[in-house]
Amino acid sequence: MSWLVPLPVLLPLAGAGLTLVLSRRPGLQRAVSTSVLTAVVVIAATLVYATDRDGPQVLWIGAWKVPLGISLVADRLSALMLLVSAVVTLAVLLYSVGQGMTGDESETPLTIYHPTFLVLAAGVSNAFLAGDLFNLFVSFEMLLFASYVLLTLGGTSARIRAGTIYVIVNLLSSSLFLISLAAVYAATGSLNLAQLAGRLDDLPPSVSLVLQLLLLTTFAIKAAVFPLSFWLPDSYPTAPAPVTAVFAGLLTKVGVYAIMRTQTLLFPDRPLTDLLLAAALLTMLVGILGAVAQTDIKRMLSFTLVSHIGYMVLGIGLATVAGFTGAIFYVVHHITIQSTLFLVLGLVERRGGSTSLLKLGGLARLAPVLGVLYFVPAMNLAGIPPMSGFLGKVALTDGAIRVGTPLAYALVAAGMLTSLLTLYAVAKSWNLAFWRTPEQAHEMARALSGLDGDGPAGTEVVVHRDHVHVGTSSVGIGERDEARRILDDDEGTDQDLHQLTSQGLLPNRLPRTMVGATSGLVLCSLALTVVAGPVLGYADRAARDLTDRETYVSVVLPGETP
Amino acid sequence: MSANVALILAASAMIGCGIYLLLERSLTRVLVGLVMMSNGVNVLFLVASGPAGRAPIVGRNDPSEMSDPLPQALVLTAIVISLATSAFVLAMAYRSWQLTGHDDVQDDVEDRTIRRLAETDQASDSFDLSSGAAEEDFELPEEEGSRG
Repeated sequence: MSWLVPLPVLLPLAGAGLTLVLSRRPGLQRAVSTSVLTAVVVIAATLVYATDRDGPQVLWIGAWKVPLGISLVADRLSALMLLVSAVVTLAVLLYSVGQGMTGDESETPLTIYHPTFLVLAAGVSNAFLAGDLFNLFVSFEMLLFASYVLLTLGGTSARIRAGTIYVIVNLLSSSLFLISLAAVYAATGSLNLAQLAGRLDDLPPSVSLVLQLLLLTTFAIKAAVFPLSFWLPDSYPTAPAPVTAVFAGLLTKVGVYAIMRTQTLLFPDRPLTDLLLAAALLTMLVGILGAVAQTDIKRMLSFTLVSHIGYMVLGIGLATVAGFTGAIFYVVHHITIQSTLFLVLGLVERRGGSTSLLKLGGLARLAPVLGVLYFVPAMNLAGIPPMSGFLGKVALTDGAIRVGTPLAYALVAAGMLTSLLTLYAVAKSWNLAFWRTPEQAHEMARALSGLDGDGPAGTEVVVHRDHVHVGTSSVGIGERDEARRILDDDEGTDQDLHQLTSQGLLPNRLPRTMVGATSGLVLCSLALTVVAGPVLGYADRAARDLTDRETYVSVVLPGETP
Repeated sequence: MSANVALILAASAMIGCGIYLLLERSLTRVLVGLVMMSNGVNVLFLVASGPAGRAPIVGRNDPSEMSDPLPQALVLTAIVISLATSAFVLAMAYRSWQLTGHDDVQDDVEDRTIRRLAETDQASDSFDLSSGAAEEDFELPEEEGSRG
């Protein structure tokens, strides 16, 4: 089955070239990219089956003598990540096709969208399959380059501003990655992961610690682990909805995967548990506190994305089979759920004209389907039983309690708190955007824009120390400027949902493809709950593979032991 | 392995200057910083490849005298990638200049909020519950306006 291994990289790349040639035939472009990504889903599913039955699949590209060429390796973890990412990219592609057919061409020029998206998919697949560090670097560059283009699509000023920071941060992390590669090569004379597994053990501990920290820092920037996470909530929300969805689902998880791979394969003797657990704790708490403070659903979700990366780092930091199992399951859950939520937000933006909580209201009555599509994944994200978010958190908590150190218990407590605050954040957005009426939202904006006095239904409005208190809720003073913009605006660019619906400016039907793709992903996340047993079993076997690196090395390099 | 000190010094000087420029506001200087830094990193790969030798071409030189070809291949890849990124950042700087008249890297939304909070604390020391008059004196710079 090893001939299947390079196809998830080759097919999207060939598709990218083909769609570029077909740039004047949007119909054919759509057909090519959809069929390519469908094929990748099928191949990834086959690989999941094959790796589970026969063990890791290895392909040395170009049939060079064994340690010389570039190796692609699919083990259980890689295959699972491939499958999930392929399903998500396919759904996002269908969604963006639906979006493109009904306007928005000025913001997402179709001619470059498809090739770039396919290059991104190829880069993500290559990162999961890479068998040596330099190939990992190249795949990072592939997916990052595609992401630069997708993030700045259309070149509007908000996207250029956010894109600048994103590009510079990622270029810096790429340089750091190259420096670590030079250091690793100078120290060991190889960049192949399987060869490194043996050679790094022979180095003095101080040297290998430096190498480990260099690689960890590089990947932590990509994965948005706490002190290196500030670029993410700033850059993601400005991109078009499908782009944000695929970034949120996949790009950070590639970083998490790289951390997992290097920690287990290269440095199994030094898990750096304390460092990683502390980083996980801070990532969870700082991220979720940022999410609670937001008044825009897109920004709120970007902060929860950072916060929930903490759960995966927790699992990696524990460095036990139970911890890795939890982390793997959580990655799978989080890829589907976070992408789904951003896709739903794209629908909200289309139906309600905005994702700002000041402008939205009454969406549950206006578009009941949209309400269901938001409610189910939002509750799943918060970890309401019996959904997959709950199961993932149970698995991680179980792993942490088995380790049983005070820090691990602190992480359990922080995980619970984060989960509760996530529930608070999504429930707040649900109440404001879906539950109250648009009139109430408009009254709120009116009350905010004025000074002290009576708000809606006799509530009191007080301005105090940079916060406006309306009745029992309080918002930052900056939102007052936005409320004023809503009321002063006559041109329809800054109006809230109440004004827009009263003027009939909004489409009252959502494109069927977009809703279909989003519902498909919601169903996938629910299916993940139903088949959680087998998936957790698979994750457990993948975690055992990770802790048993002899098998990996002996499959990749027959005749060598670490 | 004996390392070439001159190469290490050159690499560290270039990376140091690159990082200094990276901390500037103007995107053009940031770009120059990135280019310097990536060249510094490429020099690091020369250090990693060990002592210099003859060209690694099979048949022309004795394999024992050849220098290690792999880092050279890696550097070539890195050069290609940094060329492409430079082009992209330049295009972005030009677009930023088209849109705003300058190419400064702008603060993100949270930074602006925090800066505003700091400013209000300076302006109003008292726990003023009566009105928001003090806060009305300044406005956020308009940096959004992507819609419409």
